[in-house]
Parts: sequence; C-alpha cells; structure tokens
Amino acid sequence: MSDIPAAFSEPPRRKSVSKFKWVSIVGIPLAAILFQVYVPRFFTYLAYLELPLLVTIYFSLMWRSPPFGVLFGMCIGLAQDSLVPNHPLGMFGIVKTLVGYFAASVSQRFEANSAVLRLVLAFFFFFFHQFFYWVLSRALLGEAVSFEPVQTLVLAVLNAAVAVPLFHILDRLKVTE
Amino acid sequence: MDLILNRYRNLTALVAAILVQLVLLAYQVKSNQEVRLIRVWAVSAVTPLARLLEGGRSGTVNFFKDYFVLLDVREQNKRLQTDLNRVQLENQYLRSQLDTAERGRALSVFQEQSGMKTVAARIIGNSPGSNGRVVLIDRGTGSGVQPGMAVITPDGIVGKIVSAYPIASTLLLVTDPTFAAGVLSQKNRVHGTLKGTGNSSVLVDYVQNEQNVEVGEWFYTAGDDFIFPKGLPAGTVTAVRPGRTVKEIVLSPSGLQNGLEDVLVILEGNHKPIPDLPPSGQSVHLQPPPTVEGDPADALSTARNSGPQTDLDREVEHTRRIGEDQKHVFGERGRGAPDFNKVPDPGARPAAAQSVTPPAAAQPPLSAPAPNAPTPATSAPANPPPSTAQPRP
Repeated sequence: MSDIPAAFSEPPRRKSVSKFKWVSIVGIPLAAILFQVYVPRFFTYLAYLELPLLVTIYFSLMWRSPPFGVLFGMCIGLAQDSLVPNHPLGMFGIVKTLVGYFAASVSQRFEANSAVLRLVLAFFFFFFHQFFYWVLSRALLGEAVSFEPVQTLVLAVLNAAVAVPLFHILDRLKVTE
Repeated sequence: MDLILNRYRNLTALVAAILVQLVLLAYQVKSNQEVRLIRVWAVSAVTPLARLLEGGRSGTVNFFKDYFVLLDVREQNKRLQTDLNRVQLENQYLRSQLDTAERGRALSVFQEQSGMKTVAARIIGNSPGSNGRVVLIDRGTGSGVQPGMAVITPDGIVGKIVSAYPIASTLLLVTDPTFAAGVLSQKNRVHGTLKGTGNSSVLVDYVQNEQNVEVGEWFYTAGDDFIFPKGLPAGTVTAVRPGRTVKEIVLSPSGLQNGLEDVLVILEGNHKPIPDLPPSGQSVHLQPPPTVEGDPADALSTARNSGPQTDLDREVEHTRRIGEDQKHVFGERGRGAPDFNKVPDPGARPAAAQSVTPPAAAQPPLSAPAPNAPTPATSAPANPPPSTAQPRP
C-alpha cells in the first residue's frame, strides 16, 4: 500500500541523460528538414515521412528535459514553417513544441531505450502531431481542412516503423562518457 | 514568483514558447477581412472584458441613478398625494357649494311658483336643551320674521317660528311633541290634527275610526290653524291603525325627507287647493322654472284667473253674481246693499263670469260692497281665512 503511492508521487530520478555533440544537435535537425524539403521532390512517397518530428521526439526522449524539448521542438518547427512558402510561422512550431515537451516529460518516467516503447511513442506522437496541427489550422487560421483518421493512423504506423531504426542509428551519435 | 517559476519551470517554458509562437502567428496571419490575427485576437480578448467592465460600470451608474430617481419619485409621490388631498377637499367644498346653490335655486323657483311672500333662511344650529326638535334659523325680525309664521320647504311643511330675534329665529319642527297643525287628506278629505311624536314620524290625530284613510295617501295642510296656508304637503301615510276612539295614523313628514338645511319662512301666505294627484317627484322644484312665453307675471295671473281657487274666491264670485242679478253696482252711493238671501239664477250667469274671473287687481275688496251697509251673516265665508296668513285671490 505504501509502495504504490510512493512510486506515483515522486518521479524516478534520471538514470542516464544522453549527450550529443553540438554538431549532431544542430546538424541532425537540419538534415531532417532538408530531407523533408528536398527528397520528396524526387521520391514523392517519402513526403509522408515526418523526419523533423521523429528527430524532435528522439532528442526530447534522450535529453529528458522538458525545457530542452520545448526549445528544440520550437526551433525545428519554426524552421520547418519558414521553409514552407505561404505558410504562417508558428504552426509547426507550436505543435512540435508540445511534442517536445510531452516527449521529454514521458522520458522522465520511462526509459525510452526499448524499441517497442519507441515504436509506440513515435506512433502516438505522430498522430498527436497531425491531429493538433489540424486543430490549430481550423481554430487559429480558420482553414477548412479535413482530418483523415485512418490515413493518419497508417502514416503513424509507417513513421513509427521508420522511427525505430532511425532512433537506433541516432543512438550511435551519443557521446559516451 | 521565483519559487513558482522554479517549481513549474517546465510548464512555464512550454507556455512561454507557445505564447511567443502564437504572437508570431497572429502577427503574420490575416483574417478574411485582411486584418491581422493578432488584432482580431486582441480585440476578441479585450472586447469581452471591456463589455464586462462597461456592463458593471453602466449597471452601477444606472443603479445609483435609478436609486436617486426613485428617491425623487418618492418625494414627488408625497407632493402629489398632498396635492390630491387638497384637490379632493376643494372638490368636496365646491360640490357642497354647488348643492347649496342648487337648493337656493330650487327655493327661488318654488318662491316664484308658490305666489307666497317668503323669505329664505338657513338652519344655523340646534336650540340648546330642546332635544334637537327646535332649530335656529338665520332670519329674524329684521327680515320680517315673526313668531307663529309657517316654515316650509318645496317638499312640505317644516315647522313654525316660536320665537323671533333680530337676526335669528327659533323654529319648532313638525316632529316636536308640542307641534300641531290642521291637515286634510287628499282622497277623502279627512280632517285631522298633525302632531309631532318626538321622533322622525308624526301622527294625525282626531280622525274617527269610521273615516277612510289609506296607506300612502297624502295629507295637506287644511289652512284652519291660522299658521299654514291651505294646500301645502304635510306628508304621506305610512301606517293606519284603528284606535280606541280615533284612528292612529302615522305620517312621514315630507318636509324633512331630503334633509334640513334651507327653508322658507312664509311672511304672507296664499291658500292653495288640495291637488287631485299627489305631488310628483322631488325633481319638480329642482327643475328650472317653466318657460312661459311673454311675461311670467301675466301667466301667473292667468293661472289665478282660471277660476275660484279658495273659499274666499268662491264667496267673492257668489257676491258678485248676486249683485249682477239685482243690477246692483257695488260702491255706488245711495243704492244700499243687494238682497243676499236671493239665490242668483244660474242661467243668468254672465259669460264673463263663466269663462274668466276678472284679475285680482280688478276685483273689489271685501270691504268694498257697502262700507256703510251692515254685512249680512251669509256674507261670512264658510271657512274664514287665517288671520295671520292673508291669502290673495
């Protein structure tokens, strides 16, 4: 009886905070954004890959700091917004800020090294990202965009499937102490 | 503040980041009306607050304004209530004045129609110690009022003057137990004596049980009491009971039915015939005088000349016919007096006498026939007129 409240009342201490080189922290998001902007011109079906989102999720999970997740998600989102023509700045920024925050918050309670957990988290955050973007588009911009739940779920599965090997590759960029 | 920021550091960072991006988004995005979202949001965020503040301000201002308005309304209501009370009092006073004027007008009309010399008087109070059956009027010897004079209203007899002072008189009402007057019933010509009982009704005494008197029948003054001229309404019979020796007849005095405020004191009476019909409603004397073409005095004299109305008139007519039968000229010296024992021939009645009696002014006075001749016994009228009331033909 006394163990359960204690387990829920105090979050577990960070077991391990991953560290990356500054080059990785700046270069990987830029690469992800460039991939999304440039590659779909040649491979249209790769436009469904939301690499900036996956990178945000990964770094937020690894750093385990909500402020860092917020800042990281905001920067990637604003950069993504700025690269889309006639697109208001802040839409992706707000959504990715929330994703970074929640991902970092989740990582404070769970060890995100498991592939299954990463799959689930990537699936959930992709769906959340798409859904919240749709909400913001309707609420803030007044755009009459439609939301396809089934399609979104399928894309979430695909992105989650890509996220697991991607995260594994990114794990190799950690700085080992 | 720092403690709160440190405690909710993560959430604060999130909120700050989102707010910055929202502002950025609002600044660059325009709505359908080409208005920046930041302006739309600012207006949308400020307007409800402004509306709320304005609602509170206007509500407070209106509340106090209404409060002061209500205070003013309350004062106004008090002022209007005071004005209303004053106007109601004035209205009541004016109505009273109007009633008085109507009564005075009615008395004036009655004075003109009755042909009697009267003076109007007003009841000014009860005589102390008289149980309310004796009242004071505002006319006295200065107005020609003398003790024993009759007092009437257009509705009937009221009483008689028992004492007269220079500016006031004491009036004994018909309801006083000491009051008495000769009366005559309308239908059967039953003679009786009207007596007061001390209450609102009066009695007619000295009527034999064999004589017929009906309930609702009118009694008029008989003119044989030397106070009231003949023919004035006295009242209606409300109850008739056979008594031990005489009938008990209860009368409702008509002169007191409509209240007692203004009366007429008869200074010089005039006998009238007992009408065949009871007096019509009280509105008779409240109506304006009848419109008569020509001089009203002529109309009055014509009505008087339509025939003998009193015993004296009949006696004068009988005397004149005797004189005409015997070719006697009354007032001529050396002719003596006609033979009054001869019955005049009905067929020899002059046409003038059959149609219209000469005007009263043209008739010779009673003392005119023979100042020096002895007056025969037959010349005396069967019912001599009262000495105090001098009836005019």
